[in-house]
Amino acid sequence: MAETFLSIQNVRKAFGATTVVQDFDLDVGRGEFVSFLGPSGCGKTTMLRIVAGFEEPSAGQVMIGGKDVTNLKPNQRDIGMVFQAYALFPNLTVAQNIGFGLKVAGVPKAQAEARVVEMLSIIKLPEFGARYPYQLSGGQQQRVALARALAPKPKLLLLDEPLSALDAKVRVSLREEIRSIQKKTGITTIFVTHDQEEALSMSDRIVVMYGGKVEQVGTPFEIYNKPATKFVANFVGTLNVLEGTVSNAQSGRVRIDKKEIAIKSKLNGSKTGDVLSLALRPEAISLGRRPGNDATLSGEIAEVHFLGSVIRVRVNLGNSAVSLDTFNSPAAPPPMVGDKAEVSFKVGDLLVLEG
Amino acid sequence: MRVARIWAWITFGIGAAYFFIPLIATLEFSMRMRRGEYSFDAYRIVLGDERFQATFGYSVVVAIFTILLGVLVVVPTAYWIRLRMPQLRPIVEFITLLPLIIPAIVIVFGYIRMYGSNSPLPFLGSARGTDVLLIIGYATLALPYMYRAVDTGLRTIDVRTLTEAAQILGAGWATIIARIILPNVLIAVLSGAFLTFAIVIGEFTMASLLNRPAFGPYLQNIGANRAYEPAALAVIAFAITWGCMSVIQILSRFAPRSASAPAN
Amino acid sequence: MTDISVSGSIRQSTPRAGQRVRLPTQWLGVAPFFIFALMFLILPTTYLILGAFQNDAGEFTLENIAALSRPSIVNAYWISIRISFTSAILGALVGLAIAIAIVRGGLPPWVRSATMTFSGVASNFAGVPLAFAFLATLGRLGLVTVLLNTLAGFNIYSTGFNILSFWGLTLTYLYFQIPLMVVIITPAIDGLKREWGEAAATLGATQFQYWRMVAIPVLWPSFLGTVVLLFANAFGAIATAYALTGSSLNIVPILLYAQIRGDVLHNPHLGYALAFGMIFITGLANVLYLWFRTRSERWLK
Repeated sequence: MAETFLSIQNVRKAFGATTVVQDFDLDVGRGEFVSFLGPSGCGKTTMLRIVAGFEEPSAGQVMIGGKDVTNLKPNQRDIGMVFQAYALFPNLTVAQNIGFGLKVAGVPKAQAEARVVEMLSIIKLPEFGARYPYQLSGGQQQRVALARALAPKPKLLLLDEPLSALDAKVRVSLREEIRSIQKKTGITTIFVTHDQEEALSMSDRIVVMYGGKVEQVGTPFEIYNKPATKFVANFVGTLNVLEGTVSNAQSGRVRIDKKEIAIKSKLNGSKTGDVLSLALRPEAISLGRRPGNDATLSGEIAEVHFLGSVIRVRVNLGNSAVSLDTFNSPAAPPPMVGDKAEVSFKVGDLLVLEG
Repeated sequence: MRVARIWAWITFGIGAAYFFIPLIATLEFSMRMRRGEYSFDAYRIVLGDERFQATFGYSVVVAIFTILLGVLVVVPTAYWIRLRMPQLRPIVEFITLLPLIIPAIVIVFGYIRMYGSNSPLPFLGSARGTDVLLIIGYATLALPYMYRAVDTGLRTIDVRTLTEAAQILGAGWATIIARIILPNVLIAVLSGAFLTFAIVIGEFTMASLLNRPAFGPYLQNIGANRAYEPAALAVIAFAITWGCMSVIQILSRFAPRSASAPAN
Repeated sequence: MTDISVSGSIRQSTPRAGQRVRLPTQWLGVAPFFIFALMFLILPTTYLILGAFQNDAGEFTLENIAALSRPSIVNAYWISIRISFTSAILGALVGLAIAIAIVRGGLPPWVRSATMTFSGVASNFAGVPLAFAFLATLGRLGLVTVLLNTLAGFNIYSTGFNILSFWGLTLTYLYFQIPLMVVIITPAIDGLKREWGEAAATLGATQFQYWRMVAIPVLWPSFLGTVVLLFANAFGAIATAYALTGSSLNIVPILLYAQIRGDVLHNPHLGYALAFGMIFITGLANVLYLWFRTRSERWLK
């Protein structure tokens, strides 16, 4: 594990009577890419702004590189920031925008110009130096904003939903570019987003937030496959939730819609008669029986969505329904609505959700 | 940030002083008519002066006709431009800017030369005709404001999309005009109307050069000859202007908001 | 099959007939406006402009324009330009300060709405009543004059100040110039996005550096454009001047007024030339204003 570079300790932020961020503790290693993921209003942007210095925490500290910066102004923290609305200075050319931080720091002209040229080639816009922001597309402006933030070689890079204002295709290509630039420069990065696909594909670790609190911190794999709370399970990826009643706690049998399955390993202290929420990812469920899948439920096909390479099928199992994905096969036609079907899964893939 | 706030308060304070002191001074001056004590004598004299009543009444009537003419000229045009002929927009907007570029005195000078007694359209040949010309002149002066008010109103409610939606749903023109255009335009028209009223009531140049018995020339005359009454008149004029602007502010709260703009 | 071809041919002929009928009715809607503008705005002005270049015999001549070089007329233009320029610059600077104060000064929200409302009123309070108001304030018997005299023993008139003068008129003009500036420039200051200031801060800039390198340059075209607009506004104004200083302060509109009333210049065509001069100057000012405005709008798209 890399040494801790950014340390957020016990931060709390309240606006009057409303507490927007609570008990936020995080250690970020040097060169790490961490995402703050959550729905609108969960406090992720506020937390980022506290790290940047635009908001003062009601309690707690922020340490960058071992130094306590909690009381420092934003322009004293040696950070770079990229905003959702690009925020390029409209009266300056692309080159002047990128060189802004260097000019403010008093870097000699020749050195600054060389650095600007270097940044322009990193963001793959080498001919754009003399253009003005209004002449650029959204994606190009955001790349320039990134170059501008990185030009003065800051210690920390903060990105506040930088891709939310862009078209879907640009979003995908730009996030790959951002990640590769970040890897190349090795700069410690915090990335705020509400898009879980972005967080999952880009981050070393993800901090899932909800209602001002941290729900879970972990790698994308951990967050997706081992969600700690019901919120994380629901927010990240699609989830099928089945309701099951414990029919016999001792033998570990749970009844789901008339069928009983044995999930002894997953019952922690649940008693007979308890109602549990059992969750399954769509990819864990198979259509039909499969070797290795030790639980089977039967039902009827309710919807079939042909999505190209994937066919999403919704199967009604009496009281509940599950969505599962199966791959398109040119040889075999997709299932028909109304067909009887069986679904199978491994008991080990079941998640028992609390609360 | 606190230093900035102090400066902001100081600036605001000085500005407020500059703007309120003359108003207070005028009020104070207008009450000095009776020696030794404050009274509303000046107001009593002014309001009782039959020339005041005559010229004020004249200006009010002229204002009403000006508003009507303005509405007739502006509303169909604004609607048509939005709906059918957006390519004419730049020309129309340029024309509505002209009264702000060409001073009123030049406009009325042009009228005097063009519509004198020996021209094909002898407006100035009779008193009635001159009244009509004055109304036309005021409508011209108010054109920029009236057009902007109506145009903004139509744009906010996206009249084009509404009309198309209504047509697809089967509405005829009468329904469209009555149910869609008019209600939304009414507030904007009223705003333009009150602005026109404020402009007409105090206007001096055109009325004076066309020799009409309007409120503006009366004000100037009083100022040249009397001491305290002009101050009283200034207070009254300010109160009227303030009243018109307040009505416009209140009206704007009832203005239909764009459906896509979130209500705040 | 036959049906389709028949309806197909009908479909082909009807649109053309429809097109021929549609054009006139479209123009009918905007005709009143254009006729009105033509008769009462464009033609009268053109008439004057043409008249400025004609003599009594109707021939083209430049002697009217040349006659504008008469000292009294040049003087009038010069005074007009000076008053307009001074009231425009002062009005713009004070208006800018007030606008920044209410938008960025961290003042309570009622300050901004009250100021905007009042500015809307004050910018329309020009004309004769404004002159009365300032006479009541700073005239020989005005409240401020009297108060300064009785409370501070300071008689401003003894310093040579007089409300009926160049500076008195300029001071009076500021009453509608400043609000006009506030009303026009406030949206531009609103347009200074908060993120720009934040981005500048993360790049290490102080508030001063941000304003110097970003905010002021962004506001500059709007500011200049509004100065020019204020200039044109003051140049064409007559009522306030007439009511305040009578004909003692010889600005161009007053000269034109006297000329229209009584041909004081003994040459009717000179009146046209005067009017043309006014249109030329205010027209030029407005072209400049539009140029500045398009430039700033282009940046801030």
